[in-house]
Amino acid sequence: MKTLTSVIATAAVLGSAQASFAATEIEFWHAFTGRLGELVAEQVDTFNASQDEYTVVQTHKGNYSETLNAGIAAFRAGEQPDILMVFEVGTATMMAAEGAIKPVYEVMGDGFDQSKYIGSVKGYYTSPDGNMLSLPFNSSTPVLWVNRDKLQEAGIDPDTPMETWEQVGGVLDQLKAAGVDCPMTTAWQSWIHLENFSAYHDTPFATKDNGFAGTDTELAFNSPAQVAHIGAMGQWAQDGKFIYAGRRNEGGANFRAGECALFTESSAGYAGIKAEAEFDFEVRPLPYWEAVASEPQNTIIGGASLWVMEGQTDEEYAGIAAFLDFLSSADIQAKWHQDTGYLPITAEAGEKTKMMGFYDENPGTDIAVMQMTAKEPTANSKGLRLGSFDQIRGIIDEELEAVWSGDKDAQAALDSAVERGNALLRRFEASTR
Amino acid sequence: MEKRVTFKGIWLPLLLVLPQILITAVFFFYPAGQAIWQSLFIPDPFGLSMQWVGLGNFEFLLSDRFYRASFLTTAIFSILVTVVSMGVALYLAVLADRLIKGSGTYRTLLIWPYAVAPAVAGVLWLFMFNTRVGVVTWYLGILGYDWNHVLNEGEAMGLVVVASAWGRISYNFLFFLAGLQAIPKSVVEAAAIDGARFWTRFRTIVWPLLSPTTFFLLVVNIIYAFFETFGVIHTITSGGPQQATTILVYKVYSDGFVGQDLGSSAAQSVILLVIVSILTVVQFKYIERRVHY
Repeated sequence: MKTLTSVIATAAVLGSAQASFAATEIEFWHAFTGRLGELVAEQVDTFNASQDEYTVVQTHKGNYSETLNAGIAAFRAGEQPDILMVFEVGTATMMAAEGAIKPVYEVMGDGFDQSKYIGSVKGYYTSPDGNMLSLPFNSSTPVLWVNRDKLQEAGIDPDTPMETWEQVGGVLDQLKAAGVDCPMTTAWQSWIHLENFSAYHDTPFATKDNGFAGTDTELAFNSPAQVAHIGAMGQWAQDGKFIYAGRRNEGGANFRAGECALFTESSAGYAGIKAEAEFDFEVRPLPYWEAVASEPQNTIIGGASLWVMEGQTDEEYAGIAAFLDFLSSADIQAKWHQDTGYLPITAEAGEKTKMMGFYDENPGTDIAVMQMTAKEPTANSKGLRLGSFDQIRGIIDEELEAVWSGDKDAQAALDSAVERGNALLRRFEASTR
Repeated sequence: MEKRVTFKGIWLPLLLVLPQILITAVFFFYPAGQAIWQSLFIPDPFGLSMQWVGLGNFEFLLSDRFYRASFLTTAIFSILVTVVSMGVALYLAVLADRLIKGSGTYRTLLIWPYAVAPAVAGVLWLFMFNTRVGVVTWYLGILGYDWNHVLNEGEAMGLVVVASAWGRISYNFLFFLAGLQAIPKSVVEAAAIDGARFWTRFRTIVWPLLSPTTFFLLVVNIIYAFFETFGVIHTITSGGPQQATTILVYKVYSDGFVGQDLGSSAAQSVILLVIVSILTVVQFKYIERRVHY
């Protein structure tokens, strides 16, 4: 009983101490735990210590889907946070929610220089007239991870070129012949092998500029290019050259344990692989099919961005703008990029990282940046803006699983995914009307 | 003979049932009414606008072959979970009932799994059967069996059934054991003296006298399989591969909370409501007749 009283007393003292600061509180809901959660907390603490007008309070709200749901539920109850982290597939949902969100370019005001953000990163989150609706926070892009020791063991030159899938196919043959159990595995199959594949080969994933030009978009990833790639992957799966581990990043455990020779995964896998891998690993650009494109276009991003919610006071909006500006600063961005393997969101942060010699010390960490920025994005490689996209990804996962298990051929599976996904797009279109 | 108490006025009986009616209204009629109302619209996730579609959500659902297949999946899943968890529990309870020494320890150990939350149970089984690092997968591999529930539909279903039934065995075991111990020993012993073997005694005396318990567990387990196995499915298969383990409740969740399609989700809740009502009527009307109290 005595302890309880003292707890209450302490709480009361703390409460009054906080109130006496009278700083405007900014609520920030995010989806990060573990090391990433610590890094977010560190950013917030640095911001809070740097000034005394505003206090950002960061709260973890579960995984990406859960965070989005928490934000939606809170909005419905009139208790939305100031800043909500939403993953890239939720972009169309947020954009359509006029009246629930306040576009970032409006929050930031007149002095907002949008040109300092990297085009292929911000492109995912801009309106058709080029204004940033949300602030990219963590962005990554898929690359090819190589276990060099495994190649060596199988008698393959670890420096063998693997720029094209044709070359990778040859390496997989050799790995299989040498008795390697897991020549290749992947994470995020839809993101890497359909969404990025399409952008990388400058082929539409969906009509209407991948949905950027309107919600009356239809899926288009059942064209010959994608069918050929999924068909080849399906054949590799049947031959035991491509090992399917799961819909998310389950394959990462196998790669980090040294079982798999090749692994297509986000560039943000860097921190985990570096920490766990007890072998010589290397980052290579994502391969492309020479038969489809003479050279690759750019890849697209995955990750999340920060959305500002409607219904806050002017003071809070000023605080939000200050915080977002702080997050965009070169120092914070460069540190975030180097700590996590996520892409820098401003060109300046990339330059700074280069100047610091980080890329020389950690070879391959700049591959993702180069892959994203090598070419000016086209209508096919700006990103995707599709409603109900989380569910459509689920459908794609199901259909791809049917290809890997040999139940369906690539054409039938992708046709079916397109048909089922279109039904959901029509429902989303109806909900935004 | 039914016993009836008759009241003079209308006010006293009304007052007596009022708390019950209030609770039902707040926790059942209101949400159920909301679900029915919402099922007639396609709302946007933030509740900013609603499009009236009438029965459009139901049309959309019933024209989806995966949704239709989900009914069969749910039926197979629920029957398997119920049969496995009750069958094993009954077998263990019969054995425990005959135990003289150490029965306390045995019972305590058997009850433990019930304390494990479904999601945690799911993760435990997932670790054992993980396609690359699972212990069981590894042993199966030695035996020459290539376990892969990530791609094999039958194996995925088997795994979620076992994981769902496992924790439930404890619960059923408790009730069966209590039921068995309530059966008068004299009746069983008399049958034994008359020369009835164990199996005959079980079939003619124990099973009929146990039927109220069995009926109760049947109802409770089917409801469990329908609604509470969500955590297991979410952690182990997320409804895959190819929706082979997507039971109706899981689809309500994934459409509503992953897909933000609240109209479809509400329509599915209404369909579930109808199914459960029918099931309850069937259970109480037809199966309960065969129960001896």
